[in-house]
Amino acid sequence: MTGLQQPGIAATTERGWFARHKWLLARRFSQFAILGLFLLGPWLGIWMVKGNLTSSRTLDVLPLTDPFIFLQSLATGYLPELTAIIGALLVVAFYLLVGGRVFCAWVCPVNIVTDTAHWSRRRLGINAASRLSPNARYWLLGAVLLLALITGSLAWELVNPVSVLHRGLIFGMGFGWLIILAIFLFDLLVSRRGWCGHLCPMGAFYSALGTHSLVRVRADRREHCNDCMDCYAVCPEPQVIRLALKGEQQGKGPVISSAHCTNCGRCIDVCSKEVFTFGSRFHNRPDASRQHQHSSGMEVPQ
Amino acid sequence: MKLTRRDFIKSNAIAATATAAGITIPGVGGALAASKDVIRWDKAPCRFCGTGCSVLVGTKEGRVVATQGDPDAPVNRGLNCIKGYFLSKIMYGKDRLTQPLLRKTNGKYDKNGEFTPVSWDEAFDVMAEKFKAALKNDMEANRGKPADEVVSTVGMFGSGQWTVFEGYAALKLYKAGFRSNHIDPNARHCMASAVGGFMRAFGADEPMGCYDDLEHADAFVLWGSNMSEMHPILWSRLTDTRLTKPGCEVHVLSTFEHRCFDLGDNNMVFVPQTDLAILNYIANYIIQKKAYNQAFIDKHVNFTATPTDIGYGLRPEHPLEQKAANAGGGKLSAISFEEYAKSVEPYTLEYTSKLSGVPEANLERLAKLYADPARKVTSFWTMGFNQHTRGVWANGLVYNIHLLMGKISEPGNSPFSLTGQPSACGTAREVGTFSHRLPADYVVNKKPHRDLAEKIWKLPEGTVPGKVGYHAVLQNRMLKDGKLNAYWVMCNNNMQAAANMNEETYPGYRNPANFIVVSDPYPTVTAMAADLILPTAMWTEKEGAYGNAERRTQFWRQQVKAPGESRSDLWQLVEFSKRFKVEEVWPEDLLAKQPESRGKTLYDVLFANGQVDKFKMQLVTDDEGNIYGNQEMDDFGFYVQKGLFEEYRRFQLEGPKVGHELATFDTYHKVRGLRWPVIDGKETLWRYREGYDPYVKKGQEVAFYGNEDGRANVITAPYEPAAESPDEEFDLWLSTGRVLEHWHSGSMTRRVPELYRAFPDAVIFMHPDDAKERGLRRGVPARIVSRRGEMIARVETRGRNRPPRGLIFVPWFDASRLINKVTLDATDPLSKETDYKKCAVKVAKV
Amino acid sequence: MMGSKPQISAARRRFLVDMARTAGGVALFAGGLGLYARQAHSLPSLAIRPPGARDEEQFLGSCIRCGLCVRDCPFDTLSLATLDDAVALGTPYFTARSIPCEMCDDIPCVKACPTGALNPELTDIDAARMGLAVLIDQENCLNFQGLRCEVCYSVCPSIDKAITLERHHNPRSDKHAVFIPVVHSDHCTGCGKCEKACVLEKAAIKILPMYLARGELGQHYRWGWEEKQKAGRSLVTPDQQHQYNLPEGQRYDYAGEGLIYEQGGELPFDADPLETLNRGLEQQR
Repeated sequence: MTGLQQPGIAATTERGWFARHKWLLARRFSQFAILGLFLLGPWLGIWMVKGNLTSSRTLDVLPLTDPFIFLQSLATGYLPELTAIIGALLVVAFYLLVGGRVFCAWVCPVNIVTDTAHWSRRRLGINAASRLSPNARYWLLGAVLLLALITGSLAWELVNPVSVLHRGLIFGMGFGWLIILAIFLFDLLVSRRGWCGHLCPMGAFYSALGTHSLVRVRADRREHCNDCMDCYAVCPEPQVIRLALKGEQQGKGPVISSAHCTNCGRCIDVCSKEVFTFGSRFHNRPDASRQHQHSSGMEVPQ
Repeated sequence: MKLTRRDFIKSNAIAATATAAGITIPGVGGALAASKDVIRWDKAPCRFCGTGCSVLVGTKEGRVVATQGDPDAPVNRGLNCIKGYFLSKIMYGKDRLTQPLLRKTNGKYDKNGEFTPVSWDEAFDVMAEKFKAALKNDMEANRGKPADEVVSTVGMFGSGQWTVFEGYAALKLYKAGFRSNHIDPNARHCMASAVGGFMRAFGADEPMGCYDDLEHADAFVLWGSNMSEMHPILWSRLTDTRLTKPGCEVHVLSTFEHRCFDLGDNNMVFVPQTDLAILNYIANYIIQKKAYNQAFIDKHVNFTATPTDIGYGLRPEHPLEQKAANAGGGKLSAISFEEYAKSVEPYTLEYTSKLSGVPEANLERLAKLYADPARKVTSFWTMGFNQHTRGVWANGLVYNIHLLMGKISEPGNSPFSLTGQPSACGTAREVGTFSHRLPADYVVNKKPHRDLAEKIWKLPEGTVPGKVGYHAVLQNRMLKDGKLNAYWVMCNNNMQAAANMNEETYPGYRNPANFIVVSDPYPTVTAMAADLILPTAMWTEKEGAYGNAERRTQFWRQQVKAPGESRSDLWQLVEFSKRFKVEEVWPEDLLAKQPESRGKTLYDVLFANGQVDKFKMQLVTDDEGNIYGNQEMDDFGFYVQKGLFEEYRRFQLEGPKVGHELATFDTYHKVRGLRWPVIDGKETLWRYREGYDPYVKKGQEVAFYGNEDGRANVITAPYEPAAESPDEEFDLWLSTGRVLEHWHSGSMTRRVPELYRAFPDAVIFMHPDDAKERGLRRGVPARIVSRRGEMIARVETRGRNRPPRGLIFVPWFDASRLINKVTLDATDPLSKETDYKKCAVKVAKV
Repeated sequence: MMGSKPQISAARRRFLVDMARTAGGVALFAGGLGLYARQAHSLPSLAIRPPGARDEEQFLGSCIRCGLCVRDCPFDTLSLATLDDAVALGTPYFTARSIPCEMCDDIPCVKACPTGALNPELTDIDAARMGLAVLIDQENCLNFQGLRCEVCYSVCPSIDKAITLERHHNPRSDKHAVFIPVVHSDHCTGCGKCEKACVLEKAAIKILPMYLARGELGQHYRWGWEEKQKAGRSLVTPDQQHQYNLPEGQRYDYAGEGLIYEQGGELPFDADPLETLNRGLEQQR
């Protein structure tokens, strides 16, 4: 088995399994906990959170609305009621802060599916890949909004795998499994990280939302990098690493500033040299890595 | 059509015999040749209400597969209500009981054991043991006592849904066999006040008119009857008259707005119990306007007064009974017309309007209608009058009005008491399965009447006890008090139906001193409270006869076999009688009078008495040559139904009372019912009127021959308050009743999926403002609480019933919401019928 | 510069091709989805939207498929469409024959809707128009045949308004009436209790969406009696008094009965034959 089929092996041997899966576990916990909160009602009759990711009401007071669907609804020419507006604003504010694609990595249930596809792909050594532009998602995002404008309906929601899966789990899936299966097979057999990394317009929307977010992954100890490539192997958006990790010579700072970064923290987990940490987007001078490696608030403890 | 092997052999044998004798039996050959795929159609009355619609029952391969309204039936002419539409499904609920079930622990009977399937033998063994123990105590207690002091601890609660034969067999087994008058039908809850009204006014039970009044009246008045839902086909006839007859009017009185109000021209919602005042107001109006029919009054009417302040039929120690000056008093005293006029004088328009809450204009319009000699008025009433602590009075008060005007006993002029049950008339009343009655209006507390019964039954003088037995409500009280120990409930669901279930019914059934047997096709609430459950054949699984509200007796043949080991009530009664030796039930002095009965069983002396078993086994066929089964004939070896019926008829033919005559057994299988008295093969449509009633002599015009002087009694009675009225804490009236889709306790109709779906659960019909005031929204569950119990149901502020403020209506069909935990067991002290329409409750959020 | 130019244009070409490919793929996908979305616009005729739902067009743009209405429905009436349903994926609906709307006074589903796809202006449930009950199959309806079923009528929360019984003589039995259930669109909310309760194997009365259930009167015609009632008077000034040539004992009522025989004028006989007989022949002319 090659190292890239089991990235992080080095980290595991040096730091132990839990430390090397820390953020992955945290993420899975977050994803399942959020789903669980929604399921407490229908399964156990404990109604803390009602609705689903497109819109929900927590403890009968806190409204949260997916700004992407809100935007689509606006595009149809409909101005939703105040509750939805407040809900969408709250969500926007949150992701402006933590990074738009935190949604993808920490909330979205499809992430579990595509991560599994990716993991299986690696394990099975499937290398088939169709060449998809990572920018296709922006085209799709545009198309989705245009469709809403033209059809006057939330056309994307007829197929959106994210809502199909999440709503399906809470309200009943029906043949929705087919869409999820299609995504899985697509990512497994057709395109590496095909859905989340290239196509998902929702991800594209959240990327755009998170362009200037505060919370970032930083390669503060990039000088320790031993070029094992484990971070590239696990990263759902590997193109975002290079500049921060290797850009010192080009005058780039250690902050992974691409909006595509999902803040998933897998790179932090797998790096045996503890190059990566969570931090802020500030202090991004090319030499910042050495200055700030110990002052970052979210540094992984030894 | 399916021929069982037995049928085949039997019909072959008969055909062979017939051929030998040179007779052709029509159709026997044809029946044998009939194809298996063809549906066989035969007539039967509907299983449900007292209207008595007839249906054709389609049978195929031993199963009722379809029904149709009988287009040739005079009552319904091919139509049915929604219950009738589903008749073919009532026998096929998936939880039919098919074998006897006895409470057992470790293989032995135990009052607190689990229900365990047992054989009929074991069931009857245990049952007979319990009955014999009770009867033995009775024999001790009755030693040396004359017939009119005989007491008993065995009892039975029967039914107005029994067939005529079943009622007659039960009556005979109890009154003559067990020497117990503690047999009462559920018709006590339904028609007892009507009976009381008839007997006191006319000396003979049942209406003088018939359904043809529906076409002949110019106006209809509904007093406490929601005909639209409870007698749907009669309502259809009434509606047709209202639509097609110019000037026809419908006046509706009720304590809440119901479906009849939709048709009503003069709708009146009155405060509960004030119907008594309204009735008196009308009489007063007629007298004040001198509109009364003087000639009729002079010739045909007596004026009488009834004792007042008579209590509420509660337990004697109840404060209300202690307070009552004449508790239970009902002896009439003669008064003059002037005295009568004076007695109704207080019921002025203003007073009555104020008391009842009905606007003066409406009351006056109603009074004018009755007072108009040119307009024929038919008054209808059902449970609103009968389930009333002054029910007998109320019945009498409406007769007063009709008698004052002479508007009676002729087409269209008819005070018409509608019956609730399919055979409350035919079985409970005509056969007399009440604690005080014998067949054909005879009663147990009159020696000549008992003598007649004993003569017809070929039993020693003094067999039938002379003391009136426990009526329905008293039975429950006596069970609770341990004074009724062996008890058989048949063809009814009294745990659900009787009022004050928590305090009276349930403790009585579960009293360790008692053994309770329940015969039913389904696991009803009553069955759940029993010690032994006997699985019962229903409707067309047995041969039967019902009598409806217009005195029409209708027969049907057994169409199919009952499932499993189910047997008809008739079979159960007759079979059980085999378990008793005469010595075990009768004292020595009786036996001494009839030594030939020694060593015999009750079966021998009551049923195989040379009279009931007179009609040998025969093939039951129809004109088409179809052959029908008869389980009882097969098992007992003679035509049980025919024998019982022909013996029963002797009460109508051999006693001093006339006017109850039925036709012969065989006649009824050939007709779609006949209205009695049937004299020389002719039906009687209107009783007591010359020309219509052969007992009224030429020139008499009218004769109320039930009374010795041929006159009817006008009986004055005042308004008296209800037993329990709303107060500060329990601030609402509760009225209970039925809905169109469900029959009584719903044990049949709730097992029809479509009917269940149409009205699944009981709801609380209440005024929207009353609901709002209590913080209740439509559709939310609410708690109804009375001094006796509580029940939870959803609030309904819309829909078919619109109660006024201060009153709620809750239907009682729902076995999972038992409103009779809440109701009060106050009864009419005269009729002993419970008032289910009035008690005080509060309703609150759950 | 000259040397690098072809290189740039190779990369540029590749970029353009890539872009064209992506754009083409996305356009193809979007086109397909757009067509599908058009199709999904037509709500199947037995699916009913919750009370207050906006026009189907607007509903599909305003409902964000969150299911909060489903959650707050106390009777489990509503469900969200899955891919197997013919209803737009994820949108709330109910099927009357399974679980009808119980018409809660406080309309919790509307209150729950965050976007107003269920119009918050609906505060009186009687004003809801989820659909319209239509008694489609008159041949199998029991009441049309004279039976006394009328379960649809009895269970109607707006009984006597949304459904009334029109009574007619039943010529078949000649003694009974028939009670024809008639639905009135000005009160029927389309809650579906009637369809649910219909006792037939397949309901004779069904809730249909308004666009299927309702006809429309031509713009060129008015109901004269309604216009008169609206105006409170005749639209054209009433006629002056009419006068007629009539024999003695008769008159003519223009707006009412028409020809009227004055009392006794109808026939030349007295009602009581004795009157005629005892009058004597000498009185006869």
